Amino acid sequence: MDWGFIIERTFSAMIGPEVMIYALAAVGLNVHFGYTGLMNFGQVGFMAAGAYGVGVTVFWLNWSFWIGLVFVFVYAAVLALLLGIPTLRLRADYLGLVTIAASETIRLLARSRVMKPVTGGVEGIDKFAEPFYNLSPFELGKFYSFGPFKYLGRDVWVLMVGWTLLILVTLMVQQLMRSPWGRTLRAIREDEDAARALGKNAYFFKMQSLMLGGMIGALAGLIQVIQKSSVQADTFNPVITFTIWTILIIGGPGRVWSPIIGSSIYWSLIVFVENTLRQLPAGARDTLRDTVELSDFNIGMLRFMLVGGGLLLLARFRPQGIFGSREEMALDRR
Amino acid sequence: MTAVESASGALDTPIITATGVVKTFGGLRAVDVDKVEIRRNKITALIGPNGAGKTTFFNLLTGFDQVDSGTITLDGNDITGTPPHRLAEKGMVRTFQLTKALAKLSTIENMKLGALDQLGEKFWAALIPGAWAKQEREIEARADAILKRFNLTHMRDEFAGTMSGGQRKLLEMARALMTDPRVVMLDEPMAGVNPALAQSLLELIKMLPAEGRTVIFVEHNMDVVQEISDWVIVMAEGRIIAEGTPAEIKSNKAVVDAYLGAHHGEDLSKVQLS
Ligand SMILES: Nc1ncnc2c1ncn2[C@@H]1O[C@H](COP(=O)(O)OP(=O)(O)OP(=O)(O)O)[C@@H](O)[C@H]1O
Ligand SMILES: [Mg+2]
Repeated sequence: MDWGFIIERTFSAMIGPEVMIYALAAVGLNVHFGYTGLMNFGQVGFMAAGAYGVGVTVFWLNWSFWIGLVFVFVYAAVLALLLGIPTLRLRADYLGLVTIAASETIRLLARSRVMKPVTGGVEGIDKFAEPFYNLSPFELGKFYSFGPFKYLGRDVWVLMVGWTLLILVTLMVQQLMRSPWGRTLRAIREDEDAARALGKNAYFFKMQSLMLGGMIGALAGLIQVIQKSSVQADTFNPVITFTIWTILIIGGPGRVWSPIIGSSIYWSLIVFVENTLRQLPAGARDTLRDTVELSDFNIGMLRFMLVGGGLLLLARFRPQGIFGSREEMALDRR
Repeated sequence: MTAVESASGALDTPIITATGVVKTFGGLRAVDVDKVEIRRNKITALIGPNGAGKTTFFNLLTGFDQVDSGTITLDGNDITGTPPHRLAEKGMVRTFQLTKALAKLSTIENMKLGALDQLGEKFWAALIPGAWAKQEREIEARADAILKRFNLTHMRDEFAGTMSGGQRKLLEMARALMTDPRVVMLDEPMAGVNPALAQSLLELIKMLPAEGRTVIFVEHNMDVVQEISDWVIVMAEGRIIAEGTPAEIKSNKAVVDAYLGAHHGEDLSKVQLS
């Protein structure tokens, strides 16, 4: 077994592109669910809005990448309004239903043949992110190592910009949640009617929260398609949403650093388990092949099963997540 | 009435009126009130057996529920259908029969939430602490003063969820006062509060009219009603069956019947009707 390789991969995954992108999307979900109590089961829809915000602008309108960046947020805001207007006055579950349906609708619409001239259909959109990479101070195709971390130059550039944005957005959310605005969101999360009785327009605050978290999700979608250099409808499937939820729950909802730590733990685990399984000594591999029919193809599944088992342990022994407080959790049961 | 009088609220005019207010749930007429006037800067008790429609009537007055028909006014202005948060801004605040202390906010946060017109509640201003820090300090000072009056200072930095039921009732009323209301509507403020605490709560309620606040409260304990109310309204099966001074109500036949009907087989000592 090549432990050096496994460790290098795991370390690189700890702060890699996935961690940064999913953490950003989870910051958005944290605004929704962690602070406001909004059940958004379609965060991936906001990521798609961000991705197509830039993709469609470049591919269909033939406008510049930089103008596309504006549409990232415009699309997200419009999506938030479309989702929020009919549901935010109703019971919390309606938003959940509508968001999951909307995110799938966006994916299916984007990949449909009718929309091909606009979204590129199933083939998607590529060659839109050059203006971003042209600014890179790193050689795109060269590997760079920093201690145990090793990335391609293009990823180093994405990581630099992405982590800067992630930290800035996280600090912004921290500041907001310490303000009276954030206090009102938390009050709405606890009991909307209490907030309304005290003069708070709960509907308006929930809409603001949905828009803010949605725009943060869109930013994550933007960075994701820049990193992949392609916009593909099928990458925006519901599994992404549930991965984001998993990450938020690992970290603990309603805590400002949860998304980053949750995402880092999640992806390091995935990469560590996968690489370890692939590097098992021949004897162990054979045993696994004979008992659970492990092959090169289904290692990916086993890896999710093992991580799922880890989550069960978390739920059993630390249900409040890494950062959550047990004291606070206990208040639910009173 | 002139505009000036209506804005400042002439002392002898009712602050709230409800005319022909009807609310049905399916076939049930939960509220069916021909005419009610709430007197300004007085304490009005709303009594009646369980299921009489008191809470529903509260919900209609405070915009938490919509009337089927009828009109509600505040200071002569029609407020029928106005949402709760707008009514709170107009000076009408309520508490809930099932206490709504916000468990995962600290006591002081619960209190500060109650202040109206907070600059820091605007999204963009929220990002700049300098824009609201001064107002926040003023709000906090006011919150601390009210907490002291309510004997809750020792709970200041605890989660409200760690409070006893009685303390939560106190906190909810204290928090309501943070809106600096002209009308305070309390739905069973004394329920679940231990006798020692209840007495101090009564004293606090009694002080409100002198501060220019009108109080409407729902209560089952007739001793309490007799002690603090200026006026008593009795509801049964959605209708107002009697109103008058506490002394008049005590000797009203219709009221006794309503209670006897509703409290059949129960211990009547608490009802205390002659
Ligand atoms: N949302 C609702 N849907 C259907 N029926 C309702 C609803 N709210 C109240 N009711 C019914 O309306 C009637 C009046 O209820 P309400 O809660 O107003 O009574 P109350 O006087 O406050 O009683 P209590 O003293 O027990 O609090 C009851 O018969 C109740 O079951
Ligand atoms: Mg009631």
